[in-house]
Amino acid sequence: MAIDYNISEYDVVRDPQRCIACRVCERQCANEVHWFDAETGKMRSDESKCVDCHRCVSLCPTHALKIVKNPDTFRLNGQWDNAAIGEVFRQAETGGMLLSSMGNPKNYPIYWDKMLINASQVTNPSIDPLREPMETRTFLGKKPDRLERGADGALRTDNLPPQLELEVPIMFSAMSYGSISYNAHESLARAATELGTYYNTGEGGLHEDFYSYGPHTIVQVASGRFGVHQKFLEAGAAIEIKIGQGAKPGIGGHLPGAKISADVSRTRMIPQGSDAISPAPHHDIYSIEDLRQLVYSLKEATNYKKPIIVKIAAVHNVAAIASGIARSGADIIAIDGFRGGTGAAPTRIRDNVGIPIELALASVDERLRQEKIRSNVSLVVGGSIRNSADVVKAIALGADAVYIGTAALLALGCHLCRTCQNGKCNWGIATQRPDLVKRLNPDIGYKRLVNLVSAWQHEIMEMMGGMGINSIEALRGNRLMLRGIGLNEKELEILGIKHAGE
Amino acid sequence: MKYVIIGNSTAAVGCIEGIRSADKTGPITVISDEPYPVYSRPLISYLLYGKTDEERMKYRPDDFYEKNGVKTLFGVKAEKIDASGKQVLLGSGESVPYDKLLVATGSRPFVPPMAGLETVEKKFSFMKLDDAKELGAALTPESRVLIIGAGLIGLKCAEGIRHLVKSIEVVDLADRILPSILDEEGSAMVQKHIAVQDISFTLGDSVAIFHGNEATLKSGKKISFDVLVVAVGVRPNTQIAADAGCRVGRGVTIDSRSATSVADIYAAGDCCECRDLTTGTDRILAILPNAYLQGETAGINMAGGEKSFDKAIPMNAIGFFGLHIITAGNYDGEVWTEQSGDTYKKLVSKDGLLRGFILIGDVARAGIYTSLIREQTPLDTIDYELIKRKPQLMAFTMQQRAVKLGGAKQ
Amino acid sequence: MKRVYVNEKWCLGCHLCEYNCAFANSGKNDMVDALKDVTIHPRIQVEGDNDVSFAVSCRHCEDPICVKSCIAGALSIKDGVIHCDQEKCVGCFTCVLVCPYGAVMPAPDGHVIQKCELCTNNSSGEPACVKGCPNGAIVFEER
Repeated sequence: MAIDYNISEYDVVRDPQRCIACRVCERQCANEVHWFDAETGKMRSDESKCVDCHRCVSLCPTHALKIVKNPDTFRLNGQWDNAAIGEVFRQAETGGMLLSSMGNPKNYPIYWDKMLINASQVTNPSIDPLREPMETRTFLGKKPDRLERGADGALRTDNLPPQLELEVPIMFSAMSYGSISYNAHESLARAATELGTYYNTGEGGLHEDFYSYGPHTIVQVASGRFGVHQKFLEAGAAIEIKIGQGAKPGIGGHLPGAKISADVSRTRMIPQGSDAISPAPHHDIYSIEDLRQLVYSLKEATNYKKPIIVKIAAVHNVAAIASGIARSGADIIAIDGFRGGTGAAPTRIRDNVGIPIELALASVDERLRQEKIRSNVSLVVGGSIRNSADVVKAIALGADAVYIGTAALLALGCHLCRTCQNGKCNWGIATQRPDLVKRLNPDIGYKRLVNLVSAWQHEIMEMMGGMGINSIEALRGNRLMLRGIGLNEKELEILGIKHAGE
Repeated sequence: MKYVIIGNSTAAVGCIEGIRSADKTGPITVISDEPYPVYSRPLISYLLYGKTDEERMKYRPDDFYEKNGVKTLFGVKAEKIDASGKQVLLGSGESVPYDKLLVATGSRPFVPPMAGLETVEKKFSFMKLDDAKELGAALTPESRVLIIGAGLIGLKCAEGIRHLVKSIEVVDLADRILPSILDEEGSAMVQKHIAVQDISFTLGDSVAIFHGNEATLKSGKKISFDVLVVAVGVRPNTQIAADAGCRVGRGVTIDSRSATSVADIYAAGDCCECRDLTTGTDRILAILPNAYLQGETAGINMAGGEKSFDKAIPMNAIGFFGLHIITAGNYDGEVWTEQSGDTYKKLVSKDGLLRGFILIGDVARAGIYTSLIREQTPLDTIDYELIKRKPQLMAFTMQQRAVKLGGAKQ
Repeated sequence: MKRVYVNEKWCLGCHLCEYNCAFANSGKNDMVDALKDVTIHPRIQVEGDNDVSFAVSCRHCEDPICVKSCIAGALSIKDGVIHCDQEKCVGCFTCVLVCPYGAVMPAPDGHVIQKCELCTNNSSGEPACVKGCPNGAIVFEER
């Protein structure tokens, strides 16, 4: 209906002087924005289909294409912007929930950018990481309360609970096979192996081809229990129980049947073409005691050889919840902030539920310390880490390591068009269409992931050296290394840091 | 090891390069009654056409013989092979000893007996460089040329000289042109294209008698002309090999190693007959690629290597006035054709193999078809329906392509 | 010898290799100048559709039947690269007749042939198809 006509958010601008009508844009757009007009010999486009993924722009050999914000606008209104009006139109037309993907894009405060890192001058010399040892290796898992010595007087190491050993305190966060492609998974698995870190299956099971990467795989058990079986649990280096996810705290997941290909169906152990619905809660967990039962069931199933991670979304009561989890027998707590990504989430949930990870992390770390149970668990945070400085700040706030998802996908080619839910990812990441999946060559993808994390590792070492710190463990929870900027008293109090200049 | 080669065209070059791939030093002697370093014979029509010149017609660079350690005896005729004494006797009375000998004597124009031919003043064959030079010198813009023979040589000659002369008339006993490589549809199509160039054809007819510059055909038709070209066909030069005791059929008989029936004597090129892969019969396949490959095979075997060439098939790539024709194999079998405008395609299969094809106009990627014939690829291992439409590697399996394009081992 | 190999699994059928080839062999410095409003005649050709596609160019065979069949002596092997001397070529297309890959093609004017010479005959320096392939589907390496 005319009333529903929505202004396209973006416009495709083609420079006619540059376009050579090679039709690469046409062939590469799964949204069918571009086409060749044989009569005029010119390329044409329909911007209403454009999701601004930049595939065409990136591949255009003469750089003839630009995607620009469409200047067409409803009458400007501080309260009712184009998006707000357009969303009302869409819902008035369809009666449905709005869906979106990737992380919360709204203009909420980014606390990482309101914290500054310290450096040594004169009295406490800085360290040059190129000349002196600099340790980014860390171990995740429950740590013993005190040192013990054996009968021979030597330190006992045989009494350590299971640990994950990370060469760099960065892991790839949970993304299921189904939500992302086989080639994306292969890239992550190979990169994790080469980097000496871990990737995470998400709730999609583990494809049979990837069992060989098991020592660098975290296998996930979530509310739908898809793809969970004995071999799966044994294959991973650790098992993650997913309670919640930053992009959609409190709700379950829904992978449409169209994405359940034969391979995905086998891996998830559900019929091909059927919707994969993960319930909002685990139906067997209504208390910390219930959680403890699952934690110990999984430990029992794997002979107490693998650390158990419990992943929650950062929500209002996160500190108290984490305190409970730390007493449940879990070895690691993973907290996902409100900017964490997803392959599909209701827009209103994604944009309005949860809290920033910086605040959640600071309060959880502080609470566990107060309760003297901090060494019961390691803390892993994710859901907004953009660069190595964010990693350093997270560790100084108390994290043992971080999860990166969006940054990893960007390295693989994602341009954050935030339309994963359509399954037509032009970069071969969030899709199961074979012609699109093959656009991501894992030989290239894994190398780019390795490059990214290696670059961050160098930067982390550089920043640590500047602070006069030579091991990541000495940085952990070292909040004196941070100062706030432009933060109010309450924020500084929660973050547990002083203001710049103090 | 001393090598001697009689002949100095494509087969000889193949032989020299074959020998040198296995033996870098053994002396090679080339004996040729032509006074030129090796040139490309099929290019003589292009020479008259103006598309090449004597310099560019050289089949190999000037330093070819020197670099390959070849002694050349040009303008010298090899008279006789003394197979027991292992030497070649020259016209000069000298002899050249050999350990291994290649006979690459090629062929000569066949001029059928025609009454009154001796009365024709300007008559030419069209095979060697000298033929082309002499013909070229005899032509004027006013020349009316009569060509006897509507085969490959006669028509290439017609194309080469069309712009130099006033008119051309082609006469052939056969009722259509290029019968050795085309079917009736193809002949008609090509004839139409050539006729546009104001070249006239009298087919199914032959010369009864010449009276100077006038030919009277069997039909009674009279044709006046200034210059006559006889391009009826060629005959292999087998005498020298036959005299040496080599088995000779229509051509010198060779096996897949290019060896003749006499020890240490090999033969290659247009003077030989060999097994036609598409019919399984022995015949003369006087085409340049076969000459090279037989020569090379001979050379490698002469030098002590092991090489077998058993994939000889009839095949031709030729064009007239911009219309390209590629054909291969024979046309006995199940036929599939496609014709539109100036293009014609015919594929012939038998016993599950592609046996032959004709492409006129659109010849792109024809080699994919040729290789199906040469490699005897069973058509049920490829998508024949797809490849019929156009030659393409898509018709093969992914595994076959991995070998062809991806460097995978068989 | 390093050759161009095709990883069919990763070919997107985007045809960029064809345009990069045509540009590299155009003698021009700017792709727009070289290819705008021009029908390209690349020496590499993509076959296939959206599902299966691959690029085909000269394999630079060790035992090249095109070289051995060339009636003009125009084709030769130079350091492993099969080279066509277009001055000598008369456009008879015997090489088109024999190449099992269909990788030799008429030049745009139709009077001579052209083929991939691994960009040794232009200013690209390395095979332009390989350099421009967005997905590592064409590689230049020893195998």
